[in-house]
Amino acid sequence: MRYLPHSDQDICSMLEAIGVEKIEDLFSGIPQSCRLPRDLDLSEPLAEADLLRQLQTMAAANTVDDSWSRFLGGGYYDHHLPAVIDHLISRSEFYTAYTPYQPEISQGTLQAVFEFQTLICQLTGMEVSNASLYDGASACAEAVLMALRCGRKRSKVLLSRGLHPSYREVVATYVRFLDVELVEVPLSADGQTDHAAVTKLIADDVAALVVGYPNYLGVVEDIASLSELVHSSGARMLVAAAEPLAMALYRSPGEQGADIVIGEGQSFGLPLSYGGPGVGFIAALQKDMRSLPGRLVGETIDKDGARGFVLTLATREQHIRREKATSNICSNQGICAVMVSIYLSLLGKNGLPQLARDNYSRATYLREQIAALPGYSLPFSPPYFNEFVISCPQPAAEILQRLENDKILAGISLTNDFPEIENGLLVCVTEQNDRSQLDRLVGALKGATV
Amino acid sequence: MSAITSKGLILDEKLIFERSTSGRCGYDLPRLDVPSALPGTNLLRDEIEGFPELSEVDVVRHYTRLSTWNYGVDSGFYPLGSCTMKYNPKINEVVARLPGFAHLHPETPGQLAQGSLQLMYDLQQSLCEISGFPALTLQPSAGAQGEFAGMLMIHAWHKKQGNKRHKVLIPDTAHGTNPATAALCGYDVVPIASDGVLSVEAVAAAMDDDVAALMVTNPNTLGLFESNIREICELVHSRGGLVYCDGANLNALLGMCRPGDLGIDVMHFNLHKTFATPHGGGGPGAGPVGVSAALEPFLPVPVIVKEGEAYRLATDRPLSIGRLRAFASQFGILVRAYAYLLSMGAEGLKRATELAVLNANYIRARLEGSYHLPYKQRSLHEVVFSDADLPNDCHTLDVAKRLLDYGFHPPTIYFPLVVHGALMIEPTETESKQELDEFCDALIAIAEEARHSPQLLHEAPVNARTRRLDETLAARKPKLKWSRDEA
Repeated sequence: MRYLPHSDQDICSMLEAIGVEKIEDLFSGIPQSCRLPRDLDLSEPLAEADLLRQLQTMAAANTVDDSWSRFLGGGYYDHHLPAVIDHLISRSEFYTAYTPYQPEISQGTLQAVFEFQTLICQLTGMEVSNASLYDGASACAEAVLMALRCGRKRSKVLLSRGLHPSYREVVATYVRFLDVELVEVPLSADGQTDHAAVTKLIADDVAALVVGYPNYLGVVEDIASLSELVHSSGARMLVAAAEPLAMALYRSPGEQGADIVIGEGQSFGLPLSYGGPGVGFIAALQKDMRSLPGRLVGETIDKDGARGFVLTLATREQHIRREKATSNICSNQGICAVMVSIYLSLLGKNGLPQLARDNYSRATYLREQIAALPGYSLPFSPPYFNEFVISCPQPAAEILQRLENDKILAGISLTNDFPEIENGLLVCVTEQNDRSQLDRLVGALKGATV
Repeated sequence: MSAITSKGLILDEKLIFERSTSGRCGYDLPRLDVPSALPGTNLLRDEIEGFPELSEVDVVRHYTRLSTWNYGVDSGFYPLGSCTMKYNPKINEVVARLPGFAHLHPETPGQLAQGSLQLMYDLQQSLCEISGFPALTLQPSAGAQGEFAGMLMIHAWHKKQGNKRHKVLIPDTAHGTNPATAALCGYDVVPIASDGVLSVEAVAAAMDDDVAALMVTNPNTLGLFESNIREICELVHSRGGLVYCDGANLNALLGMCRPGDLGIDVMHFNLHKTFATPHGGGGPGAGPVGVSAALEPFLPVPVIVKEGEAYRLATDRPLSIGRLRAFASQFGILVRAYAYLLSMGAEGLKRATELAVLNANYIRARLEGSYHLPYKQRSLHEVVFSDADLPNDCHTLDVAKRLLDYGFHPPTIYFPLVVHGALMIEPTETESKQELDEFCDALIAIAEEARHSPQLLHEAPVNARTRRLDETLAARKPKLKWSRDEA
């Protein structure tokens, strides 16, 4: 077995040092009644070459490859991954390190995560960020719990119908057995969170309103006026960015009065990997810093006065506070946060806004082409970013099925989550979709109706 | 850099923001082959204040230098008790990056994603066989989220039975996540004292009709097998409660004992620890959860089902606790764990457990003369010493920092809480006798230093990237991001 270093002679001399005859003697603490009386029913060990072959076959059974045109978004985005990222995170000093409990030998991770926290604050326009959470949806749930902690006696949370459906589901799971009421806020005809409904629902028992930015239907919400409404009753404005690249084109939520911004960082240099691992982020205002969940990296000095970084404010966390902790989380998405730091550093102040604008331009081209097709229409008005809804002349599932035959994944059917949109299809465009792909999609949509 | 601050080739490196030079960019956009457009709105952003400007080579140098300040399990021994890491096989990194897996969008229709679904299904079945549970979810993003899922299922089960129970019993040796999770599920935590191993009497004394569950770690954080576990499970069940097992230490039981056979109702796995997935300096992990047949209807959605030869993600589960994350799993981590399972097979997994326990007991035998051993029972995969015998005001933290000077990652310190000044050592099976001997020699030398030259411990580390860092200052004056004004 290639990963096990022990020779027979090693084992003999170790047993002798311990003072037992055989390895079995070391398991005397497990009563016979608890022992498994047979071998595990698993396959024979595989050599590396055989393993590789077997997994290549499995990977090939995912029959979508790069010859397909894909317009799938909905919370995970197909952006180009600069080669630099995988190259750098393949340094095993990064990926085979544990949580940086010993800061003197973990400065690489700690400094990279401190940079992540800074980049997230700059992008979201917020004052403090943590070291990352599992994903956008669980970050959203953690933010709701945080708003409830900050809001003390307030027990109601308003969730916009435009918030990603899975984020709404995860929030519901997290508060399932707590004394919390979730209320859905409808959308108005333009796809924005209905301001009149918020005005009606907002009250002094409401801890927070959560909206997507852009929302699940691709609409860029008016956060500033929602914030004003929410703040008038002392509640907190929570903004969830499932496609945070939009914040390089549109004003940051922080600038528009958000109290907590959460999101999914997968767009920033992480592979799609069938939905995980991605990286959740949460950023807030200084006044709520001590209510943040999860890990935080802070700057300090060493004994000689040199700058260094450590995990800090641990008195919020489960290993110190136990049942009074701000969350039960005891990890972050470590290496994924480092990937985001690398990606945002590469693109930087010049590249990220250009990329955002490129996505917008491609989406605009496609949106206008589809709008001109007979039978298709755009239910929602601008502003949008790189994703938008089209209403199809036939059920979306039928259209998707027909386009699959042409190696096109045209989008996500909204039939289950948004039945009120007639034959709704959510289409996403990134820099990975060149004009020939966009034209192919337009032609195929046109052909699908005849 | 204007000032030379590097020590030879131990390269100094500023923050990325301090390296920034106006006008640089490390990314070229693909050619824009559609008309350029801009939204007509007052919502447009000016610029991202503070964002860095760097070339590709700047970024590569920066993060390469940072990486050299880290210590990973590829650098050397990492005996973090309870957390620990075994060697992370390189082929697992290769297979997780196969384009068929890595480029697959989570909204891809199931019939076009059969490879990934099959992998998940097979992994699920293998973990069931290893743990003895009839059903399992791969969804939780890490052990702590697995615990959360498990306790939610327990709560949902009670609710379905019409039970209103408010308390969860947790032994004093438990990980901090256990009480934090119970609280998150709306329960009050009742700690129980154990004397190394939990006794039936201690549980009986605390057990009543208001107890929803007992949370137990087996083997526990002292490395001891909870030998009364069968009787304890029977007792808790007889009073209408359920038993949750923190499976962090499953690596001590592979092929020897299956928690699902002992009466345990729910258990989470930590794939990084038992199944060799890399920890990435803090994550991502993955925390699958196995459950008894009675709890199966409550599993989070989606669940992976096999119908004939086809696999699909099913969400039509009326009793489910719901969804825990946006998409089905930390899939990239599952690929690595699956590759590990296939590489090891049944015999390799059992051998891994045997050698992990051999390694821990060897360390125990070598250090028993130099460090205080508070619990003398036969331990399995880890061993807990304390600083009780160290003279001259030398403590656990000093030993840990001095180990850095010897080139080792220290053990877990000050945990479990039941041992004052704990040094919790867990070597795993992938360390050779030579590596263990060098580590033990270092710890023995440090115990000697404590006697004759305690200042070496108090001053440590002197050979690390930084000297001892002021954690109190960091917490008293939190500085959680870089800003131009303060730089």
